[in-house]
Amino acid sequence: MQSDDVIWSVINTQFCSYKVKTATQNFCRNEYNVTGLCNRQSCPLANSRYATVREKEGVLYLYVKTIERAHSPAHMWERVKLSNNYTKALEQIDKELIHWPNFTIHKCKQRVTKITQYLIKMRRLALRQQPKLIGVKKKLDRREAVRERKALSAAKLERSIEAELIERLKSKAYGDMPLNVNEAVWQAVLDRERGEKEGDKGKGKALEMIDDETDEEDEEELEEEEEGWGEREFVSDLSGEEDGLSDLEDAMSSGEEDDEDEDDEDEEGSEEDEDPKKAALGKRKAPSKPQKPPRKGPEKKARRGPRVEVEYEHEMESVPLTKEALANW
Amino acid sequence: MPPSRFEPSSIKNKVKREEIARKQKKAKRQDKLQRRLAQAKVEANDPLAKKKRLAQNVPRTLDNMREYDPSILTANPNAQSEAGPSTTAQGDCRAFPSGEPSEQPQDESAADIAADPFTAYFSGELDPGVPPKVLITTSSKATRVTYDFCDELVGVFPGAEFIRRKKGKGFEMGRIAGWAANRGYSHLMVVNEDMKKPNAITMVYLPEGPTAYFKLTSIELTQKISGHARATAHYPELVLNGFVTRLGHTVGRLFQTLFPPMPEFQGRQVVTLHNQRDFLFFRRHRYAFRSPEKVALQEIGPRFTLKLRYMKKGLPAVKNLGAPSKPLQFDDGEPQDADMADAQEQEQEAAGSSQDYARKEVVPPTEDEYLWMWKVRAGDD
Repeated sequence: MQSDDVIWSVINTQFCSYKVKTATQNFCRNEYNVTGLCNRQSCPLANSRYATVREKEGVLYLYVKTIERAHSPAHMWERVKLSNNYTKALEQIDKELIHWPNFTIHKCKQRVTKITQYLIKMRRLALRQQPKLIGVKKKLDRREAVRERKALSAAKLERSIEAELIERLKSKAYGDMPLNVNEAVWQAVLDRERGEKEGDKGKGKALEMIDDETDEEDEEELEEEEEGWGEREFVSDLSGEEDGLSDLEDAMSSGEEDDEDEDDEDEEGSEEDEDPKKAALGKRKAPSKPQKPPRKGPEKKARRGPRVEVEYEHEMESVPLTKEALANW
Repeated sequence: MPPSRFEPSSIKNKVKREEIARKQKKAKRQDKLQRRLAQAKVEANDPLAKKKRLAQNVPRTLDNMREYDPSILTANPNAQSEAGPSTTAQGDCRAFPSGEPSEQPQDESAADIAADPFTAYFSGELDPGVPPKVLITTSSKATRVTYDFCDELVGVFPGAEFIRRKKGKGFEMGRIAGWAANRGYSHLMVVNEDMKKPNAITMVYLPEGPTAYFKLTSIELTQKISGHARATAHYPELVLNGFVTRLGHTVGRLFQTLFPPMPEFQGRQVVTLHNQRDFLFFRRHRYAFRSPEKVALQEIGPRFTLKLRYMKKGLPAVKNLGAPSKPLQFDDGEPQDADMADAQEQEQEAAGSSQDYARKEVVPPTEDEYLWMWKVRAGDD
């Protein structure tokens, strides 16, 4: 019934589904193959006397073929659990396969060695925390990229940022003397607030006019500017004429002041402290604050005669914190 | 051009067909342009008409067509989208019972905010002038692109410091988080790299979490942004837009804690994190108020987009592999709370004596959660 030579001749010359042909040699994919090669000795199908070692969930088993049960392949293999101890496992193989050909014993032992080694390596790798590999989901990425693009255009980022900043300016989140706001603009904001209050009290003509006008913003701006023009006449003492003068002129005038008053050192120090600020921050005018305690400026003696004006740029100190400012923020 | 009698598709000669199709297209385009020009002319004289048109033609977007969702805390239950007559009835139905539940999430979010780990920052215990210490690092084996991006990040966050990720075993994220927490860092940011591109940021709030993982896309470094401004060392202002859910509050507060509580206004820098449809757009600008109605913005950079993938309590886990895993536990509410209270008391004591070196060592958790395994492989244990 079981004829090894017939089976082997079929496998060798005709077809075997376990056979993998390569240019140099043929391999076997049968799980019971003890060497992995396709040859007469190690073919698990064409040998009625066969033994191999397999690993199942970290445990080694010796599989021995019992050819008398060839009619029921499910029961054909008899398995013996091998010891965890490597040397004991080898001894076990010797004992189980006592009268077997040397080839089988040797190959089984080799296989025990190999499996033990890869189990050791597996356990060592499992102890290391390794990055989890996840597949790239192209479709998901593409979909999200599209959604991101659409969300970006729906966000209208610049406009929303501008709106937020304007709101902060109007709600006076920047404190009473903001360092980040142009003086004229700040004045306009204050004026507007005053105007609104007056409007609330009197409900004067101005409000009606605003109501009438459709394009409110432009009109309001105009109005403020007008108010600003009116306001400016009351403020006289601080820095002469500030009706939209450029920074250059400002600097010029302050420079002149420097020239003029050399007696009061403190004042000059503070002036010079202000100057570099202007230079550093470009278009923004530093708010002039009379009640601010005069800080100790860099010691510089004003000399007469020809001189070169050197502007030093100083790092700004942080805003002096007050409880109010914190609360406002 | 007079409308041709032929549909261009019915013409068999290819050259002719193309020519006619092109002409028709051009005519259509011109027609549209003329119409718009005429409209603009009319509206220049009559701003009312423009206002009316704009009021009528409101584009339908995902955002204004959204149905009422109680998890969005700012949503008005009564303001149903005017999607059409069919949905209005539905909207009414929904609007009625939503009176009560609409209050509930508000309370919950208030409770969240009161109890979340960021309260130390917001209660003003910290010195408002000192920027929070942020440790920025990369995943292991990072490349040039990621390092460049990290440099930009260091420029963005005032208290940030970049440290190269060490190679080898023992430098897992959780372990680094523990060390950083013990050294007084308040945040850990790990920029993950995949295929030689930064693709994710893990943000850990120290010392006790939460840990947030963001997908990172569309990075544009400062150099790439044309006409960009130079950043200064001033602490920036922060604009957080659209964080309106409970989770959103947490994320927004997490970002807020990255910056010093008190900005330096003279720097005129503003950092924006805008949430639109769950994408977080990061931008940095310098601004100048031109008038009470107008702000000029100049971008400083960098730009990037984040998307929250997950947020977990606590620090990232370090797996102490090889140790026997803890048995599965079911918590039954009450004793847990008592433990929590005790822990909090201990924390407060620790905070009180924070000047001493007797601070509690921050140890990362050993395992995230119970990993369910169908089969315990003998080879693994």
